[in-house]
Amino acid sequence: MVAVLTRIFGVHNLALAEDVVQDAFCRALEVWSFRGVPENPSAWLMTAAKNRALDVLRREKTARTYEPELSRWLQSEWTLASEVEEMFSDTAIKDDQLRMMFSCCHPQLPEEAQVMLMLHILCGFGIHEVACAFVTTYTAVEKRIPRAKKVLAGSKRLFDTQAPSDFSNRLPAVQRALYLLFNEGYHGASAEFAVRADLCDEAMRLAKLLLEHPLGATPSSYALSALMCLNKSRLSARVDASGKLNSLFDQDRSLWDQKLIAEGLRLLELSAQGSELTEYHVEAGIAAVHAISPTMGATNWQEIVSLYDSLMTIRPTPIVALNRAIAVGQRDGADCGLHELRTIPDSDRLAKYPFYHAAFAEFELQNGQIEDAIAHFESALKLARNHMERHFFETRIASCHANMRADQI
Amino acid sequence: MSDFTFLYRGRDTNASPEQMQKTMEKWRAWFKQLGEQGHLKDIGHPLEQSGKVIRGKQKSVTDGPFAEAKDVVGGFTLIQARDLEQAAELSKGCPILEVGGSVEVRPIQAINM
Repeated sequence: MVAVLTRIFGVHNLALAEDVVQDAFCRALEVWSFRGVPENPSAWLMTAAKNRALDVLRREKTARTYEPELSRWLQSEWTLASEVEEMFSDTAIKDDQLRMMFSCCHPQLPEEAQVMLMLHILCGFGIHEVACAFVTTYTAVEKRIPRAKKVLAGSKRLFDTQAPSDFSNRLPAVQRALYLLFNEGYHGASAEFAVRADLCDEAMRLAKLLLEHPLGATPSSYALSALMCLNKSRLSARVDASGKLNSLFDQDRSLWDQKLIAEGLRLLELSAQGSELTEYHVEAGIAAVHAISPTMGATNWQEIVSLYDSLMTIRPTPIVALNRAIAVGQRDGADCGLHELRTIPDSDRLAKYPFYHAAFAEFELQNGQIEDAIAHFESALKLARNHMERHFFETRIASCHANMRADQI
Repeated sequence: MSDFTFLYRGRDTNASPEQMQKTMEKWRAWFKQLGEQGHLKDIGHPLEQSGKVIRGKQKSVTDGPFAEAKDVVGGFTLIQARDLEQAAELSKGCPILEVGGSVEVRPIQAINM
């Protein structure tokens, strides 16, 4: 709704757009607590926001300036209502969301601020929810979001999604923001949850919007969506019904969403057109190899290592190197895995990442070095960021102890 | 280019909300077309069917005008056109004609002192 209203009122009136949405929700609270929740709550809210917008437009005719192209249609009673009606249509809403997505990826904003803005404006996340998603404090987000909104409101107009060169220029930033958003949901570091399916869903919803735009349906966009589908397919096995975190090695693969896998593979096919090879392609490829393996043992680790080799040439980060090392260990044995782990460049950046230590632990365990394994798991446990991770490492430690006792028998 | 007024008569103000929506869609489309062609000076406004009439030196105030529906001015628009002929031609696209209404096309008078 904010996206649509920002289009109507103009990006410099972003605060007004938010107020109108706020009013709609307030009215909803008032009315619904009397009459109960309507059959179609979102339609009700849309109508309330639309009517409120009409009120504002009528009342403030001379007080504000609106979106230049629209203002003449908003000033006459002949066209005001139908223009606003048109802007609340499904196609207009999608266009406006896409426009807002691109606008949020303002080049003056750091990546993280872009994603925060998207979450706040497009996904309706409040300050507290954004803070949870980003492992940062309420006060930090409380400062950053208004600053980011100021930057956005300061642009002369919303991003023009019809201008091909501008669109293509900003597309990578939008894709990256959606990737980061999905990642937050999948590998969340929040204090409460290791996984936030709703963030993944929002990222997937917005990525789909990209694909629906002729300029947005590029191979890299398909790859990004493929990646999201394939990873999301594992989510219910990644965190099971009891809230336990399960690694890829332990997941009950019968819980993997086959429909999503099929969709992911279909999108991966579509991403193979043209000569563009992005990190999204490679990551989607890796996810695909896992997705089609019925068991851990059947996994084509050679393929995965090759893909990680590719990924290292595109985006050589310590995390990628870590994941590659784990894959090498699977392919070539624990000693090779340990060697790769020890030779990760810039590994000090991984020192605080619990799963770095856990990787050492797993390979030591495979080599029968149980005490070393326990030591590494305890390092991981100290660095655990939420109760799910803590529980996961505690379980691993307990399992090591059980192994030790079994050996002693 | 000269300026002209369109005065609309014969609006159907008893329409249901759905009909109203459809009708206003047609008006909007017509205005957009005029706008694209560079003829739209001021879209103007629709008018409520009655109000008050103040008359004469006495400045008497009565409710009104109570005329037949087809005679009540229901709205206005300001147009730019080459001449009266073109303005009249442009008015033919008005949706009010479809429901039996009319468009009065009057040139703006340039008053010189």
